[in-house]
Amino acid sequence: MKQSKISFRTLLIILFIAALAIIYLNVEKNKKLKSSNVVTNTNTPLGQASVVDNISDPNILQVAMGSKDHTTLVAAVQAAHIEHILVNAGPLTVFAPTNTAFSALAEGTVENLLKPENVQTLATILTQHAAPGTYDIAKLKKEATKKRKLYMATGDYLEITIQGEDVFVNGCKVLASISTVNGIINVIDKVILL
Amino acid sequence: MNNVSHMIKDIKKFITVWFGEIIFVLGLLFLLFIFLSCEETSNQGALKSDVAEKVFVPPGEHDEYYAFLSGGYSGQLSVYGLPSGRLFKVIPVFSQDPEKAYGYNEETKPMLNTSYGFVPWGDAHHPDISQTNGELDGRWVFINENNTPRVARIDLTTFETVEIIELPNSAGNHSSPYVTDNTEYVVAGTRFGVPVPQRDISIDDYKGNFKGALSFIKIDQKTGEMNLEFQIMMPGFDYDKAHPGRGKSHGWMFFTTYNVEESNTLLEVNASQRDKDFIAAVNWKKAEEYLQSGKYTTMKTKYAHNVYDEHTQSAVSTMKTEVKILDPKDCPGLVYFLPMPKSPHGCDIDPSGEYIVGSGKLSANVTVHSFSNMIKAIDKEKFDGEAYGIPIISFEDVLAGVVKQPGLGPLHTEFDDKGNGYTSFFISSEVVKWKLGTWEILDRKPTYYSVGHLMIPGGNSQKPFGKYLLALNKITKDRYLPTGPEVCQSAQLYDISGNKMELLLDFPTIGEPHYAAGIPASLIKENSKKIYKLEENHHPYVTRKPQDAKVVRKGNEVHVYMTMIRSHFTPDNIEGIKEGDKVFFHVTNLEQDYDVPHGMAMIGANTSELLIMPGQTETFTWDANQEGVWPFYCTDFCSALHQEMQGYVRVSPKSSNIKLNWSLDGE
Repeated sequence: MKQSKISFRTLLIILFIAALAIIYLNVEKNKKLKSSNVVTNTNTPLGQASVVDNISDPNILQVAMGSKDHTTLVAAVQAAHIEHILVNAGPLTVFAPTNTAFSALAEGTVENLLKPENVQTLATILTQHAAPGTYDIAKLKKEATKKRKLYMATGDYLEITIQGEDVFVNGCKVLASISTVNGIINVIDKVILL
Repeated sequence: MNNVSHMIKDIKKFITVWFGEIIFVLGLLFLLFIFLSCEETSNQGALKSDVAEKVFVPPGEHDEYYAFLSGGYSGQLSVYGLPSGRLFKVIPVFSQDPEKAYGYNEETKPMLNTSYGFVPWGDAHHPDISQTNGELDGRWVFINENNTPRVARIDLTTFETVEIIELPNSAGNHSSPYVTDNTEYVVAGTRFGVPVPQRDISIDDYKGNFKGALSFIKIDQKTGEMNLEFQIMMPGFDYDKAHPGRGKSHGWMFFTTYNVEESNTLLEVNASQRDKDFIAAVNWKKAEEYLQSGKYTTMKTKYAHNVYDEHTQSAVSTMKTEVKILDPKDCPGLVYFLPMPKSPHGCDIDPSGEYIVGSGKLSANVTVHSFSNMIKAIDKEKFDGEAYGIPIISFEDVLAGVVKQPGLGPLHTEFDDKGNGYTSFFISSEVVKWKLGTWEILDRKPTYYSVGHLMIPGGNSQKPFGKYLLALNKITKDRYLPTGPEVCQSAQLYDISGNKMELLLDFPTIGEPHYAAGIPASLIKENSKKIYKLEENHHPYVTRKPQDAKVVRKGNEVHVYMTMIRSHFTPDNIEGIKEGDKVFFHVTNLEQDYDVPHGMAMIGANTSELLIMPGQTETFTWDANQEGVWPFYCTDFCSALHQEMQGYVRVSPKSSNIKLNWSLDGE
């Protein structure tokens, strides 16, 4: 009888502790639900690319988006989710291959790169087209004359060469320089592949 | 029967055997009850988190209101967001600010010029936002300076101080600026009686000889420019606060006075001798008539008027020499005195324009006068004597009602849009809500501690936004982490949308948050300027293109026309500067991109840095006192190559024949 008494009390204590634990967990869960509600209400910042500004002069992204010769490049930038880099304070020089340049790649290359699973590769290729600093055609020629290489955002150094009036970066011809508010766009005739 | 006794036996046996268990279960239930009670307490914590949600503005989202808080003895005006209490900007107004080069660079030094010369500090008190038809219009903020009497205008597109006017014949410009229904005027009443004109007389001759000027500054409706239109030369009382009439009382301005005793020493005792001081009711439309009919005298005086021109990006200080004076004893109907108990501070007009609320600092009650009663008494010419030729209306004739025993040390009253007044009590550290018309007290809440002014956005207009009330506290003691003997002052936000006020937030402020003005963000945020257009920059030393950068010598002065763009100066190397030269750096930020300022600092410069917004030109001077090569650099983290944004100035001996030359990348 004594033994059964103890085991009954033990049972009661276990039940009691279990009840406390359930109540406690429920309260904690409610708290978590509350705080997670706050998190879901929070507007996740979209990055600088979402800033509405019609007063400042256009930036690299805005100029690129307005060019009909660069729709492939813009699509690639969007697929790689790097728009915010092109609106950053920089300063940045972007070598912008034309649509023709992209279509000269082996068939299926662009389509393949635009696939979600290849985001990282695409981002790397695009970053190979960006150099910190501001280098328009005149400045590129000066760099070539001084035999200075061009340091790219990926850490690579590209060779700048001059042939007659034209300037080439890694063998790609620079067709034109466009000055933007956060850097330079150099239109090129080929995709830079390293 | 047997069965029954069996049953009783069984129950008895059950109780004997299980008695311990029953007690044990009861004990556990008791513990459970205590545990649940604890949970109840933590539910009160959940209530507190509801309060937190009311002031929580998620990252990336905007506040509903702007609040412009005076920095008091910092001399500046701070811009906060409500309900979050986040600080966005400190606008330098009356004090130099080395962060923004205000009062340090050549362009803004003239802003701090006065008839006393350059004054680097000021005491900012009451910000007030411009109005149209008695409603906030968000064009400008005006704010007064108490020490060296001045009023400033801040433009709400650039959030910069664009104009400062000094007030002659004044000392301690406290009852100021308080805009009228259509921003026709801002006012400035002198706190200290002074000899007018200033002269060497005995202080004991105060009574009757010292005067109190009430200045009326007219506002140009297009440009906002201020002009000291006229002064009313009043007896030498202390003019404390003011408030314009609204709606039906538009055309009148009301000033509280204290020290009608005209004492000049130990005012804490001697200025509290009489039972009542006055509210001076000034009919400024009548003043305009007297001005037109030439009933003024022109007085020779001296006061500075400083205007910042956005096109030349420079301020110009002009010394003015005349002011028109109206003498109330020669101008019947211009001023009346309304008796008000015991050294009133606040002089507040309700949104309807009917009630004139005086907060007698030493009075046990809050006294409310009626504008209609005042007009009736004036029409009947029913007066209770005069003071210095100014008629006094009897207290009983003008009285509308009394809020009885609301607290200790009433200071200031603001209004909501539901017919309620909110009065601050300095001594009893509380805000009391009461009903206009019935004068009954509806609610009271403590403040932490010793509240001065209150602010309800639009509470100074015909259209208050009665959602929040901000209490501006003078003392915080234990409210925040201590920082030595000097601790911050604070603002406390209350939700006043319900019947009872609810304290939501408590945040530190800069300097002394003397008074504040609030406005719905939607009324001004779209007007906020992003950049200055380079083509509109007509600074005399602007350099619009890097190719135009140059260095020009004029005797001992060398002018550097410099540009800055991510991430270099043009030029960055300058040689040919001689010992003893004074070098002027005129630096233009060529960026045309929002939020890309550049800074500039030069080793050993006896001035502040420059902080130059896109499209702007600023100038600082540097004395080339020692030969050597001296660097300068960009102080604002402008870009990824910010740390590369630098240059050198080479200083050679006087005898050197090195020619002036400058370059960037060797060109």
